[in-house]
Amino acid sequence: MNILQFFRTERRPSHAAAAAKERLQIVLAHERASRDAPEFLPQLQHELLAVIKKYVTIDDDKVGVKLQREHTCSILEVNVELPFAAPPRRARAGT
Amino acid sequence: MAKIIVMSSGKGGVGKTTSSAAFGTGLALKGYKTCIIDFDVGLRNLDIIMGCERRVVFDFINVIHGDARLNQALIKDKRVENLFILPTSQTRDKEALTREGVGHVLEDLRRDFDYVICDSPAGIERGALMALYFADHAIIVTNPEVSSVRDSDRMLGVIQAKSHRAENNLEPVREHLLITRYDPARVERGEMLKLADVQELLAIPLLGVIPESPAVLRASNIGVPVVLDEQSNAGLAYSDAVARFLGESVEHRFLKASRKGLLDRLIRRIA
Repeated sequence: MNILQFFRTERRPSHAAAAAKERLQIVLAHERASRDAPEFLPQLQHELLAVIKKYVTIDDDKVGVKLQREHTCSILEVNVELPFAAPPRRARAGT
Repeated sequence: MAKIIVMSSGKGGVGKTTSSAAFGTGLALKGYKTCIIDFDVGLRNLDIIMGCERRVVFDFINVIHGDARLNQALIKDKRVENLFILPTSQTRDKEALTREGVGHVLEDLRRDFDYVICDSPAGIERGALMALYFADHAIIVTNPEVSSVRDSDRMLGVIQAKSHRAENNLEPVREHLLITRYDPARVERGEMLKLADVQELLAIPLLGVIPESPAVLRASNIGVPVVLDEQSNAGLAYSDAVARFLGESVEHRFLKASRKGLLDRLIRRIA
């Protein structure tokens, strides 16, 4: 360490606390949402998955069910990720 | 009729037992008959923090099982009037805590005491659930650090869902935030979450901020609750928190780093 460094009293301010706050805001919002979810949600997710599986082969973790509460209504959001990335075969046949 | 307070945090090592000992002693100093119960079955520690580890004959589990009477197990503090400790078993496991058993003991204590403090174990298993179940107040002990804040939030969710008050649609458990190991110098350098951040994240009323202090380790070494160390910032911050709990309006202190002189700084750099 040189003389200047030794006498420099102020260290560079850290951004660590700000990062901690930001990360916590995100994770707490997520965890609170799932905490407040109604009890039937996992069962609903399970049954939806079973129905979809009758038609398409998908992974268990590719279905997301989320309930959002707004002032006057609630929104049930179901996200299903299908395994095929390309457009369906019939559409391609036309080209 | 005693009020039941649970000292809870989710995460371990944040200062639940230190806070239970200090807060309970603080209430007794104010003249309230107070009992502190150790719920950490198998990992008994309240006794050693309170300095009465050699006076344990019967414990909480003995009383639950009817092997001892409550007043045989209660240890009266030798320093502070009105203060009692109910130690837990060092050999049993948490399954020994039944809801009925805990309920009966707390019911008996409610009749005789003004405050009962339940020192919760870490985690959200049986011991912690039993400690919070009968609570009227919950003091959430949190360090300004990500895992502690997250676990505190989780614990609040558990209290709001699984306490006796929640299950029976009674008035909810009153929540209080107690921040421990707060280091204003590190906060000012941007290294540690500041008070306002923790308050904003957890959004429950603030009871107190206990500064990081060598007095806490010193107190535990000699088995004296830190609140009895009136020379220490941590001790004073605990008595402030007790006063606030009792409805007094006390300004928060020790939130700013003490300004060190050039000599102090040089010594610290060299060391």
